Amino acid sequence: MKKELRLMKGNEAVAEAAVRAGADGYFGYPITPQSEVLEYLMAEKPYEKTGMVVLQAESEVAAINMVYGAAGCGLMVITSSSSPGVSLKQEGLSYIAGAELPCVVLNVVRGGPGLGTIQPSQADYFQAVKGGGHGDYKLLVLAPASVQEMADFTLLGFELAFKYRNPVMLLSDGAIGQMMEKVLLPEQKPRRTEEEIRKQCPWATLGKQNGKERNIITSLELDSLKQEQVNLKLQAKYEKMKQEEVRYEEIMCDDAEYLLVAFGTSARICQKTIQLGREKGIKVGLLRPITLFPFPEKILAKHAQHVKGMLVVEMNAGQMIEDVKLSTCGQVKVEHFGRFGGIIPSPAEVLQALEQKIIGG
Amino acid sequence: MEQILTKEQIRREENLVYKKTSVLTENVLSYCPGCGHGTAHRIIAEIIEEMGIQDKTIGIAPVGCSVLAYKFFDIDMQQAAHGRAPALATAIKRLLPEKFVFTYQGDGDLAAIGTAETIHACNRGENITIIFINNGIYGMTGGQMAPTTLPGMKSSTSPYGRDTHLMGNPLKITELVAQLPGTCFVTRQAVHTPANVRKTKKAIRLAFEYQSKNMGLSFVEIVSNCNSGWKMTPLKANEWMVENMFPYYPLGDIKVPEK
Repeated sequence: MKKELRLMKGNEAVAEAAVRAGADGYFGYPITPQSEVLEYLMAEKPYEKTGMVVLQAESEVAAINMVYGAAGCGLMVITSSSSPGVSLKQEGLSYIAGAELPCVVLNVVRGGPGLGTIQPSQADYFQAVKGGGHGDYKLLVLAPASVQEMADFTLLGFELAFKYRNPVMLLSDGAIGQMMEKVLLPEQKPRRTEEEIRKQCPWATLGKQNGKERNIITSLELDSLKQEQVNLKLQAKYEKMKQEEVRYEEIMCDDAEYLLVAFGTSARICQKTIQLGREKGIKVGLLRPITLFPFPEKILAKHAQHVKGMLVVEMNAGQMIEDVKLSTCGQVKVEHFGRFGGIIPSPAEVLQALEQKIIGG
Repeated sequence: MEQILTKEQIRREENLVYKKTSVLTENVLSYCPGCGHGTAHRIIAEIIEEMGIQDKTIGIAPVGCSVLAYKFFDIDMQQAAHGRAPALATAIKRLLPEKFVFTYQGDGDLAAIGTAETIHACNRGENITIIFINNGIYGMTGGQMAPTTLPGMKSSTSPYGRDTHLMGNPLKITELVAQLPGTCFVTRQAVHTPANVRKTKKAIRLAFEYQSKNMGLSFVEIVSNCNSGWKMTPLKANEWMVENMFPYYPLGDIKVPEK
């Protein structure tokens, strides 16, 4: 398959991008608003084209543990779900992070808590960025804001997952998952052979090779002193991510007196807000974190030196704002504007909030 | 009367009738003396050696007494979250169908927290082998009531005996999975006598051979003692197992492949 321009849903773009990335397997369980990932793959039958396995698991718990097993063999695997289902995956994610296995997990976030709503939300920021499961671990979290980025970040996610032997989460939402946009799909990469996997992942459990030590995938260490070393090694890895993997986008930030800080769908809304604001003579810019962990702390600290205030716009009750405040250390006024329960704010109400909470406040 | 061999004589090559399989590592087993786990480990390792599949076998260790099983088998292994081993095995076997994949699970892992993963892997007919050690108790955490604890049996969380009205009934999950079309071979064995060890070894060997023929899921239960958890000597525990466990969990094949 060559590069191709297609009109697709965000969920379908992730599925197609996974096939084209040369993924070995997808494991999922139906939940709105992400079921198209599994539906698309079942209809496309990649197992007949590239040999990629697609399996509907009995639960999200089983799906993430299937990911664990396959990832432990150095295979390129992905799972997807939405908020309540991603809660069920937290145990598995903690084990995968603990055993240092590469995988991509898509969360097409919907409103919560509990069963909540099936409409878009960003209320899983804390869960994705701060841990979610037990123990000291981090996911590398990418926040796509378009269907194109859903595809692009699936490939980037695999790349980073293998680079760091760490689970990567795509923190999307019901709007990006469901909306259709044009997307340029990459050309088909071949799946790796077992020999290539053994070379890339010498730790993988593909069968003990003659004369070599056996491979063990585990997150268990009963000796506390050794476990502490495991924790320190993980922390060093997360520190390396902070140094090397921070990604963000700046829109009209150079002359900005006010800054909107938003990711994903909220950032899309804020792009229009900037336009409305500029039309009224308000010099407003947008900083869009693309990696939520590692968080773009330094650029926010830099902007804190020259802007008069920051408005953090999220489809939740105030989650990323904590990281913005930590990054800016009280040097600038930081306020939050959020709609939740599945509501996407309008550009006009964001502008109104900026005027009331930051400019006039 | 025959002459009794001295230690030195016994160790001579010509007098050796048995040796430890190379598929078991030199690590000291973490199991209590008298427990069936060690024997079950040895049998599996011997079969892997005899079939010459050490280089393509991937084992899945559970959470429970055998959580450290990966220390004892000289093969590539993964350690699963509690109850999830069949999910790991499902993915590994589906993506790498030429490998031999087995899970090794206890009763709490397989028949309580992992019931869904167990039943669905069996029902899908995954081409894997599940080895199920049933000793009717949570050994590692200190002797709590398990899904397979017998009625009236005492444990640290059923200190007055399992009251089935209050605590439910022991789950015969092996009979249950035998009902599913995805299982090809379901059997219940034990390892408390040499004769039973031989039968169990034959059963596990068959299970591995069925896997190589892609016949579906093979499920081998091994009823074992837990002398520490049952608070008995190893000998007494074996007697108690024969008298109490076997009537509830009768040994033998429950489902065999159609000819």
